[in-house]
Amino acid sequence: MLLLTCPCCGVTAEETEFAPGGEAHLKRSGPGSSDAEFDSYMFNRKNPRGVHFERWRHAHGCGKWFLAARCTMTLEVFGTYPAQTVEPPAEIVAAIKAKRPDWEGFA
Amino acid sequence: MKHYSAFAIAREAFRQHTGWGRAWASPEPRASYDVIIVGAGGHGLATAYFLGKRYGIKNVAILEKGWLGGGNTGRNTTIIRSNYLQDPSAAIYEKSRSLYETMSQDLNYNVMFSPRGVMMLAQTEHEKRGYLRTERANALQGVDTRFISPAEVKKLVPIINLDGPRYPVLGALWQERAGTARHDALAWGYARACSDMGMHVIEQCAVTGVESAGGEVTAVNTTKGTIGCKKLGIVVAGHSGALADMAGFRLPVESVALQALVSEPIKPCMDVVVMANTVHGYMSQSDKGEMVIGGGADGYNNYTQRGSWHHIEETVRALVETFPMVSRLKMLRQWGGIVDMTGDRSPIISKTPLGNCFINCGWGTGGFKATPGSGYAMAELVAKGEPGPLAEAFSMYRFREGRFIDESVAAGVAH
Repeated sequence: MLLLTCPCCGVTAEETEFAPGGEAHLKRSGPGSSDAEFDSYMFNRKNPRGVHFERWRHAHGCGKWFLAARCTMTLEVFGTYPAQTVEPPAEIVAAIKAKRPDWEGFA
Repeated sequence: MKHYSAFAIAREAFRQHTGWGRAWASPEPRASYDVIIVGAGGHGLATAYFLGKRYGIKNVAILEKGWLGGGNTGRNTTIIRSNYLQDPSAAIYEKSRSLYETMSQDLNYNVMFSPRGVMMLAQTEHEKRGYLRTERANALQGVDTRFISPAEVKKLVPIINLDGPRYPVLGALWQERAGTARHDALAWGYARACSDMGMHVIEQCAVTGVESAGGEVTAVNTTKGTIGCKKLGIVVAGHSGALADMAGFRLPVESVALQALVSEPIKPCMDVVVMANTVHGYMSQSDKGEMVIGGGADGYNNYTQRGSWHHIEETVRALVETFPMVSRLKMLRQWGGIVDMTGDRSPIISKTPLGNCFINCGWGTGGFKATPGSGYAMAELVAKGEPGPLAEAFSMYRFREGRFIDESVAAGVAH
């Protein structure tokens, strides 16, 4: 059972209170992009073994979207942060680096 | 390879069963092979088997990071059916189901295929209409299914509760020729047949990298050294994303944990497979008497081979409504497998950006039933370099082209 903290309302709760929303920080392909770029944005996913950034919604709470960094090999949650970011904030990256020194970083 | 027969059992009985020998060899890898298949689960072994059987390609190695059939092949609920809505799905699953019928004879290995019938309960008006549509689609596809009344459901499954508190049973889609088989036997039987053809089944050999030059794979790096290959087949289910990453491309696949559990063994009480998709639980009784129960998948990426507790609760709650006797059962074991889900919940049997590298993945929550058909189609793709009629709709480029095989909408749930 994952324990997540909603950065919007500050509540820490079990995963049944939240709804997972897939990979975070997807960059929408802009106007004039190729079919391959749009395909990649729509369907292709990193699906990593290890550190994963993902979207969650506090479905049975405040209802807001937020983002989380989590390990898919251990289910360890490194931290959560607001959805209004284009890449993981420095403190989340530092928290991951502290526990996963070999992690290559957000790409 | 020793041929298994009644005569062989009698002969061995006279010499204390000392003459059986190993079912498959455990060789050290050669420097290179014509074809390397990564993943010695059911699909990988079936691919190798049909490469040898149909195309005479026998200089083949099947690499397995763990032990034979220790991944999803040994973690499923062994259901075999082909009552799909979309034509490409029905074609490959029906081919697969028909191959199961003769598999024990083909492999000279008892896979205990039991065509006991699979029933999919309709528990809402919407679901009933959906299954009536599937019944008609199946009639056109040549798949033998029938929509049956609640009275017929009760006759086939006396332990069922037709008047559940939330979802009464309004009928069911019934496929009489569907059923179950022994999952381990499938892996062991294929491994024995592959080994007999001179192929190398290499266990405890994890692939750590893929070497390529000029858009072609030249070798794979493994924990047992670098092994050269002329063609590479990737058949690793939940870990497809990791293998694709080594080969330098991305897949429209996400890996999640799917759970199953079994009860204590009880006396025979249900001789068909029942799937209740609205409440999301499915159940059959194994030959040992355990009730084999399949449940839901997590919604988030997961490689841990264990799922969330609340999914077990949801599954068991659903089954208690439909089968009240389940409330008196103790559950013996629970486990999870990592399944690779595509956007349209249909598999991928496809060429890749690397010319001589092929991938078979995305079977999601329903790969066991497809094992022989998947191997059959994948072997054709690897041997000829182009997909045959069974595989051509399942290209990974269908997403770019908008040619979904949308079983996620057709089934409404994992399938």
